[in-house]
Amino acid sequence: MTDMLLSINGDEYPVVVDTRETLLDTLRERLDLTGAKKGCDHGQCGACTVLVDGRRVKSCLTLTVTLDDREITTVEGLADGDRPHPLQAAFIAHDAFQCGYCTPGQLCSAVGMLAEAAAGWPSVVTEDVCAEPVLDEEEIRERMSGNLCRCGAYVNIVAAIGEVAR
Amino acid sequence: MKPFDYQRAADTRSAVAALSRQPEAMYLGGGTNLVDLMRLGVATPAVLVDVTRATSEAIEESSGGGLLIGAAARNSDLAAHPVVRHRYPMLAQAVLAGASGQIRNMATVGGNLLQRTRCSYFQDIAKPCNKHRPGSGCPAREGDHRNLAIIGHSSSCVATHPSDMAVALAALGASVHVEGVEGTRTVPMPGLHRLPGDEPERDTVLEPGDLITAVELPALPYASRSRYRKVRDRASFAFAVVSVAVALDEADGVVRDCRIALGGVAHVPWRATLAESALRGAPATAEEFTRAADLELAGARPLPDNAFKVPLVRNVLVRVLSELAS
Ligand SMILES: Cc1cc2nc3c(=O)[nH]c(=O)nc-3n(C[C@H](O)[C@H](O)[C@H](O)COP(=O)(O)OP(=O)(O)OC[C@H]3O[C@@H](n4cnc5c(N)ncnc54)[C@H](O)[C@@H]3O)c2cc1C
Ligand code: SF4
Ligand code: FES
Ligand code: FES
Repeated sequence: MTDMLLSINGDEYPVVVDTRETLLDTLRERLDLTGAKKGCDHGQCGACTVLVDGRRVKSCLTLTVTLDDREITTVEGLADGDRPHPLQAAFIAHDAFQCGYCTPGQLCSAVGMLAEAAAGWPSVVTEDVCAEPVLDEEEIRERMSGNLCRCGAYVNIVAAIGEVAR
Repeated sequence: MKPFDYQRAADTRSAVAALSRQPEAMYLGGGTNLVDLMRLGVATPAVLVDVTRATSEAIEESSGGGLLIGAAARNSDLAAHPVVRHRYPMLAQAVLAGASGQIRNMATVGGNLLQRTRCSYFQDIAKPCNKHRPGSGCPAREGDHRNLAIIGHSSSCVATHPSDMAVALAALGASVHVEGVEGTRTVPMPGLHRLPGDEPERDTVLEPGDLITAVELPALPYASRSRYRKVRDRASFAFAVVSVAVALDEADGVVRDCRIALGGVAHVPWRATLAESALRGAPATAEEFTRAADLELAGARPLPDNAFKVPLVRNVLVRVLSELAS
């Protein structure tokens, strides 16, 4: 067991963790931050996506012990007080979910993805990897392919993200 | 998951010392493969030595006009690097063709090279598999091998190496910087990975405790005209069925030089040296490209359920060569 201080959504959480614990289990089982969801526990579905130092990662493959000096953001930390994050508002406006199980992961992933695109990162569908990417539908679909939606709400998810990207 | 100790190495020397002191220890990079294999019971280290801060994350131009990539550089930073995008576009494309945005943010260059096969028997400790339990047999040969090797395999293992990045690095002839108990050395790609032979439990030529510290790309001006093409069962976020990495130096309709590597076909990223030498000096035409591809694939020994990979990889290779030539 390891004593550590986790910084999550701007708050500090002292925790005693087993080295085997993933960030997903620490969030859900110890800290009652149940926004991030467990879909597959193998990195394949994206339901557990959170941001570490502003970058999207899969919390089911991240060992908590590696994170002592990192800043973690979960879906609970996206809104500004009572004001939803623009992506959250767009997801509601576009009806971008059905059961909602994948939604926290989709939201955190989209926040990270938009930052990557703003930094000029290409994707595998970017025709010229040297050029500045333009977030059209094909680009959004490729960049969000790490997040599955069993309800198949993709059309509305892409529309919601597209609105914020513009 | 079996309990383990977590240690963070401050530098490469202490990382190597930690592994030589503790034989049941393993290095931890981004953990995207190792944590999964530990959860599946395939990897059972007693100690994890985190090397993400011991090795460098830097990507910098090297004195010889190449590029030096620290082993801890994240896959996403490698693909986004301006020098990689301009001078080695097939490497940027190969990295971007792998996994998902989240996983590329976590995965390191060192860990990517040493990721294990996705053969389903290897990932299931309840099943026999010569790679996870030497001598227990290879059920893939008679069983599920649609995604496995068509060339260079042995009676003891028909697995493929799953890395997209490694295919581009093999084509580029990158060198892998290694630090071990005996000191430092470099291993040229594609020579890092090995064919299974009768020791399929060994994926690479590395010795226990060897640490990858960096990967160096040589100066290869014509690689600015290069491409990585991956064929998979769905449009995104799937391992390769087959893939090709090609750099082409062509002028006045003649191939001056080229680099070709194939993915999803072998236990190693397969450098197509026969096709390369057939093409040097040849007209840059679809006929010559097809002839060179057939020559390389003459050595293929597909299994019953993956024979389709032979024409598939040939056609993809001819297509990419033709695109680069025009
Ligand atoms: C859902 C999913 C989909 C994926 N799809 C693809 C895909 O399409 N294409 C693809 O190429 N990959 C794919 N991957 C694999 C991914 O690219 C690898 O898991 C990743 O690159 C491994 O890097 P890492 O830093 O996380 O390695 P780790 O998991 O930390 O380590 C992997 C191995 O390397 C060793 N190691 C790590 N660093 C070093 C070092 N510096 N020196 C010596 N040994 C070291 C570890 O001991 C371990 O044995 C996928 C993974 C997942 C989970
Ligand atoms: S192909 Fe290799 S990894 Fe797969 S079952 Fe056979 S021995 Fe194991
Ligand atoms: S729970 Fe982490 S990717 Fe599915
Ligand atoms: S809304 Fe149900 S899984 Fe996406």
